Amino acid sequence: MTDAVLKLSGVHTHIGEYHILQGVDLAVPRGGLAVLLGRNGAGKTTTLRTIMGLWQASAGSVQFNGRDISRLRTPDIAQAGIAYVPESMAVFSELTVRENLYLAARSGPMDAARLEWIFSFFPALKKFWNYPAGNLSGGQKQMVAIARAIIEPRELLLIDEPTKGLAPAIIQSLADAIRQLKGQTTVLLVEQNFNFVRQLGDTVAVMDDGRIVHSGSMAELAADRALQERLLGLALDSHQ
Amino acid sequence: MPSVPRDTIPMLLVPALMLAMLPLVGSMPTWVTLTVAGLAMGMMIFIMSSGLTLVFGLMDVLNFGHGAFVSVGAFAATLVLVPMQGWLEADSLGMNLAALGLAIAMAMAVTAVLGLVFERVIIMPVYGQHLKQILITMGGMIVVEQLIHVIWGADHKPMPLPTALRGAFVLGDAAIEKYRLLAVAVGVLVFIVLTLLLNRTKLGLLIRAGVENGEMVEALGYRIRRLFVAVFAAGSALAGLGGVMWGLYKETLTATMGGEVMVMVFITIIIGGLGSVSGCFIGALLMALTANYAGFLAPKLALVSHIVLMIAILLWRPAGLSRK
Repeated sequence: MTDAVLKLSGVHTHIGEYHILQGVDLAVPRGGLAVLLGRNGAGKTTTLRTIMGLWQASAGSVQFNGRDISRLRTPDIAQAGIAYVPESMAVFSELTVRENLYLAARSGPMDAARLEWIFSFFPALKKFWNYPAGNLSGGQKQMVAIARAIIEPRELLLIDEPTKGLAPAIIQSLADAIRQLKGQTTVLLVEQNFNFVRQLGDTVAVMDDGRIVHSGSMAELAADRALQERLLGLALDSHQ
Repeated sequence: MPSVPRDTIPMLLVPALMLAMLPLVGSMPTWVTLTVAGLAMGMMIFIMSSGLTLVFGLMDVLNFGHGAFVSVGAFAATLVLVPMQGWLEADSLGMNLAALGLAIAMAMAVTAVLGLVFERVIIMPVYGQHLKQILITMGGMIVVEQLIHVIWGADHKPMPLPTALRGAFVLGDAAIEKYRLLAVAVGVLVFIVLTLLLNRTKLGLLIRAGVENGEMVEALGYRIRRLFVAVFAAGSALAGLGGVMWGLYKETLTATMGGEVMVMVFITIIIGGLGSVSGCFIGALLMALTANYAGFLAPKLALVSHIVLMIAILLWRPAGLSRK
């Protein structure tokens, strides 16, 4: 059995009176890229926010490296080695690109070699290094958000819908960047764009109504059009 | 690596206003006196407002009780100034400033501790609930004012200026009060320290990032709650410092003196843009200068000059001077 860096077991999350996650079971294999698919409102973002402690699980457990983190506070979860790129990107718009990254480097000065590695797939960040992040385009902000998450090595990277609202050319360069991250860290990627993730993912889980309704290998799902139709309500051809 | 030019227009507003008023005032000595007085008043308002704008921006707390820290700061200073009366009346600038420095340290320490208690007891239960924040912080201010009456009595308390700070320098035909120059110097010092802290240190970056998105700061691994408490205490201490400066300016203390300046404080932080120290600095100077010039040129307009200035700036920049 593959070693799971992150394991959710029977996770329930309530937001106010709404019962969003209704017993989520999910395992993220160490070193791979796991994809979480599902339509709008299925509970994907809530799953990531629950992992990060931004919303508390009302039942179930979230285990990171075998340790239950479901009762920890967000800063402790981040310090345990999980980095988060939210759907909104949440770059600090008043701060420059440099300051955004500097803030994320908790252990001290930014590592020059790692910075050059980031610049190799996000060259725009070097160009706009001293610009306020709020002045950048949507794609550039997404680059800042991802760079901020990887400026120091983290064991697990959670990325929420990175392609949302981006131009196709940007999406391709984002895919190249995420491909580079594979092997460096474990990634859990939430997406709705199946064409984007089928070229990247090793494993896939599909959510619906706050539950995982399918999990398996990405190759298996990519090859099975009937399964795609049933789980995602679309065929690959219609999404290209 | 390239960088973008700074937004310099707000910074130019203060000198532009000063220069524009020179021909209208007509007399250079009068203009100098009005301008220095306006700058001094603006600096004192800035000191009182700077903590509140950070608390407002970072913690999203509508602290209508901020004025209590101004009053307590001024009264706490008397705990040092009264026993050191001899130093204050000595004909030595050094002894005067030493006594004043100790009084300021006492005021800031007392108001920082009061701020911590205020945050834990009064603010913490109502985070995220603006209406309750307004009601409970106003209630808190009333309680603190009554406590001042209990501790120091209900009568006005004199707070005379140290000997060396009384009187004025005369430059040509212009008289410039010595204390106003000290107020300008203290205001500039506070602005420089806050600006360096916010722009050149990681702590400052965390505060600025937290003003914008506290949740994301936590997701990066920082405990923003501790930062909240520290900023609240620091903001209260700055209000205490402002209280000492304001008390010496008025030369008399009342329990309600902090509450009375809160309208100007709120207008300043709105003009400046919530959470912005530089905006607060420019806003305070603009407001005080406008009030002074209006008071001289059209005394009836002075009463509404703050409001007119606020409306004009918000029509131009709806989120305040610091945000385009």
